[in-house]
Amino acid sequence: MSANTTLLEVKHLRTWLASGDAVVRAVDGLSFGIEAGETFALLGESGSGKSITALSIMRLLPDAGRVVSGEIRMDGTDLLALAETAMRGVRGRRIAMIFQEPGTSLNPVMTVGAQIVEVLERHTELRGDGARRRALELLESVGIPDSQRRVDEYPFQMSGGMKQRAMIAIALACAPALLIADEPTTALDVTIQAQVLELLRDLQRKTGMSVLLITHDLGVVAQMAHRVAVMYAGEIVELAPAKAFFSRPAHPYSKKLFEAVPDAAGRRRGLAVIPGTVPHLSQEFVGCRFADRCDSAWARCREEAPAAVEIGAGHAVRCHLYDSRDQESAVRSQEKAKIGTGADSADVAERLAASSSLLAVNDLRVYFPIRKGIFRRVVAQVKAVDGVSLDIHSHRTLALVGESGCGKTTVGKGILQLVPVTGGSVTFDGVDLSTLTTGALRPLRKDFQIVFQDPYSSLNPRMRVAEIVEEGMTALRVGTGSRQERVDELLQQVGLSPDMKYRYPHEFSGGQRQRVAIARALAVEPKLLICDEPTSALDVSVQAQILNLLKDLQQRLGLAYLFITHNISVVEFLAHEVAVMYLGRIVEKGGVDEVLRSPRHPYTRALLSAVPVIDPAGRREVIRLQGEQPSPVSPPSGCHFHPRCPSVMPECRLAYPGATPVSDTHSVRCFLYGKGE
Amino acid sequence: MPFIPVILWTDRLVFVLVAVVIVSGWYIRRQEHLRAPWGKVARSRYGMCSLVVLSVFVAIGLLDSLHYRPRLEGRPAEGKANYAVEVRSVFDALVAPLGRRLEKTYSAPFAAYSFSKETVERPDGTQAREFPRLKFGGAHLKDPAQERVPDVVRGMVGAIGIAAVLWIVLTMAIAAWLAGVYNSDFSHMLSAIIHGDTEVPWRAMLVTAGVILAVSVPLALLSARYHVMGTDKVGQDVFYEALKSIRTGLVIGTLTTLVMLPFALSLGVMAGYLGGWVDDVIQYIYTTLNAIPGVLLIAAAVLITQAWMDLHPEMFETVSQRADIRLLFLCLILGITSWTGLCRLLRGEALKLRELDYVEAARAFGVSDWRIITRHLLPNVMHIVLIIVVTEFSGLVLAEAVLSYVGVGVDPSMISFGTMINSARLELARDPTVWWSLAAAFVFMFLLVLSANLFSDSVRDAFDPRIRSAMTARMRRLWLRPA
Repeated sequence: MSANTTLLEVKHLRTWLASGDAVVRAVDGLSFGIEAGETFALLGESGSGKSITALSIMRLLPDAGRVVSGEIRMDGTDLLALAETAMRGVRGRRIAMIFQEPGTSLNPVMTVGAQIVEVLERHTELRGDGARRRALELLESVGIPDSQRRVDEYPFQMSGGMKQRAMIAIALACAPALLIADEPTTALDVTIQAQVLELLRDLQRKTGMSVLLITHDLGVVAQMAHRVAVMYAGEIVELAPAKAFFSRPAHPYSKKLFEAVPDAAGRRRGLAVIPGTVPHLSQEFVGCRFADRCDSAWARCREEAPAAVEIGAGHAVRCHLYDSRDQESAVRSQEKAKIGTGADSADVAERLAASSSLLAVNDLRVYFPIRKGIFRRVVAQVKAVDGVSLDIHSHRTLALVGESGCGKTTVGKGILQLVPVTGGSVTFDGVDLSTLTTGALRPLRKDFQIVFQDPYSSLNPRMRVAEIVEEGMTALRVGTGSRQERVDELLQQVGLSPDMKYRYPHEFSGGQRQRVAIARALAVEPKLLICDEPTSALDVSVQAQILNLLKDLQQRLGLAYLFITHNISVVEFLAHEVAVMYLGRIVEKGGVDEVLRSPRHPYTRALLSAVPVIDPAGRREVIRLQGEQPSPVSPPSGCHFHPRCPSVMPECRLAYPGATPVSDTHSVRCFLYGKGE
Repeated sequence: MPFIPVILWTDRLVFVLVAVVIVSGWYIRRQEHLRAPWGKVARSRYGMCSLVVLSVFVAIGLLDSLHYRPRLEGRPAEGKANYAVEVRSVFDALVAPLGRRLEKTYSAPFAAYSFSKETVERPDGTQAREFPRLKFGGAHLKDPAQERVPDVVRGMVGAIGIAAVLWIVLTMAIAAWLAGVYNSDFSHMLSAIIHGDTEVPWRAMLVTAGVILAVSVPLALLSARYHVMGTDKVGQDVFYEALKSIRTGLVIGTLTTLVMLPFALSLGVMAGYLGGWVDDVIQYIYTTLNAIPGVLLIAAAVLITQAWMDLHPEMFETVSQRADIRLLFLCLILGITSWTGLCRLLRGEALKLRELDYVEAARAFGVSDWRIITRHLLPNVMHIVLIIVVTEFSGLVLAEAVLSYVGVGVDPSMISFGTMINSARLELARDPTVWWSLAAAFVFMFLLVLSANLFSDSVRDAFDPRIRSAMTARMRRLWLRPA
């Protein structure tokens, strides 16, 4: 720790929430301090209490929440003891906050300027022209171009990244000493995330404010934080300077988090999995909260709650392993844990020779008409998918990578014929699906199924698990004989117990729900599974479980996957081939190593460089992209990427480049490598 | 047989509705996701207290729906028994004297004398203008001026005593029953109820029941000797009229919903899910229907029914049957004009639901549209239907009053809140005012609608997913205690 003064000090904070008839100890004895000018990261999975901590500091808890005990001191004054009127002077002026969802944290019926001025008028003497000038300055400082015009625009006229910048501008209006950023980039695409993170770093350098960064993303922490606190089940299990944390994570939970991040190395051996889920916080804990999921737990962990142990300069861990009294048994159990980790499983699928092509998509086009006027005439087309060609072989995984709005989900739905296809062909096992009638298509539907992104909306809340899994079998008349036995078998296959089948979806956690969704898709024995971001709504540790499951199923059942994702590290772990999409078209495709190790297209390069990387050695120079992905209603002329491209050439504005082969399997559509065919 | 049962059309529908409620109650008990929100209703204090009040109204309404025609006294001609033309209900029989004790005209509550002067012949042959004694109200008193007030007070005190005894018996019975259900001992259960420590707010419900008993027992006992709420123009007891109005209000409030539900549900969900031209047609229908002034449409329909009934007098054996058909048609008309609101809501919800992944997943399995609508959409819009049905109820009770007041409501021979208000309206201009008809109708309707509204509020709270983790009462008390 540096000799800086402590700006914010939280001591033994305990915040409880009332939920139904139970008390949830959302934050249970939290202590930390934030130095002036540093970025302090609070890292944890969903439900670990990190957002409640932020709300406790701001004193913006919901009605059901209450700070039970503890102190929150800012410059020596106890915030919890302040009167509400005095607290209002602190909020916005001394501490400001930005939220995860930029779309909902701005008032849609006020201009951005008015929202900044509102804060200025509340906290400063600035009025009228002075306030407006300051608002313009702020918008410029957060990198919003053309601020003279933007200041009078409404939030709906701005893109997601722009809104988050505007939100930051509002937060910075009074030059707060502390900025609380609650998952500031989770809702944004990687290239935009890179822009916003850089902006935050820049602003911090200029103003010297402290940042409390709340996130679940190790990569973001690695890029931003000076110090890290890992939260688990309402308490901090590890608190360390960022360097020490990333070189030697101490707590078993922290270690597991690192191992659960999917990457190319995990490809061979499977990801480390933290069994189970975060415990319910409505119980009183006797021992260590992590004991039930910990490989190295022994009897003492279940009987006695560990105290924080200092193991290095400013590095504290709440684990019995580091308690000197118990060094010996700790070593023993660690050895045991080592033996316990699974043997490396060879990638069977990879060794299998690439079999015949299962699905061939040729020049797929999906346009959505925009209708206007009394006769609903078509005035324009949203070209969501504009000429996509893909090939998927059985036993193989093709990852379709792209930012939100590039049309990757529509490709999936177009293949499944869930949206009307405008042009092109989808050939599955030799049959062109797009020419079939609904009736003729129905029997074929058992061969290709889909797993959706959000496990909370993909299961009907009014149906039991058994009915959900059975639905496809009934509709497609598969396995008429013993459906219930088949349901049991499927549930076991996805790692659920068969006696869960009479439960309703709300009784399951996110990861379990996703398993049910996978079981539902597998029920009709498909050959191709389209996975539409199946893990992006899940926590890292649960994501690892699902990814391992998918990989295992591929090896056992020989499934082909079309894996739609924006998460590059998942691609490294799971995919054999990669196709990168930008604004309705595939700009580069090839084998996973080819595309990820030696990307050719400027967009692929920028995308890869923007991904936050944990390992400092592997960090690349971030290629900053200008602006954001344009709307598919009016794509730019020529190459769609040219307005943002760092190596744009005159010809890029004129025509869309054809595919240029780089190797047998690798091709790219960019004029840098030739005109294409 | 001393009577023949008469099943009027509205009775039939009421019984169908009761059967539906019982069957769905039995079904809900076995479905956990349906039982949970109802459990929340059962834990809400407002909800359960208003339910107690509502169930008193419903009990009266149901008793009033069991109709029969009594056999006439005297020798049956040609071996066939004669039955009265007047259709009576079980409720009428229970409160038998109340409906038959007709005075000449108005009399005030608890009065012994008529409200207007009449020329009476004295025993000595002279004539005088004076307030005559009532035939039934306070008829047992020798000197009303002296005895009336003490008699009423004495009656009330006694009745409240009886009410207290009844209430204690009720409390004991509930405690004993609960002790049986939860395998606990009686005294423990009783103290839990008294301290309000039960999950279902039995204490609050018992207090409500106590208030109802304390009001209704004196009214019931005193109504044997007095007109507790006075009499109307034709000398009919107003208390009796108010009680009879309850059935009319309930029938309008519930049957109308029954009529409109199929329209609203099928059209709304179809419009939202299928979209395209189906959506256009359905939207066109309900926007057009909405544009026609409701009262105009209702008036026209009621007048047509009336004309049709006048042309076919042979179809109706009794006056009650005529009145009943008119009531039924009023329900139909109100139903047809009021489904649009729910339909629009359901269309919006179906538009939202059809984009959800589980519907998309079902489509990926090739599940038919019909099955998607019945298995995926309908169960997921039922909470909206329930909320609307319960909220709509009170609006419809009030609508009946307004329509009958305007003169296009129920048959004039049928007692309802609307006809009571309508007949009382002219007398408000009199001096001294005849206020009791209006006041009685107002109080009864107010209680019915208020309890229905409170109940619908707690139903909405329980089914609204946004208020999911509301604190229970016990929790709130723990919560408000300082740390």
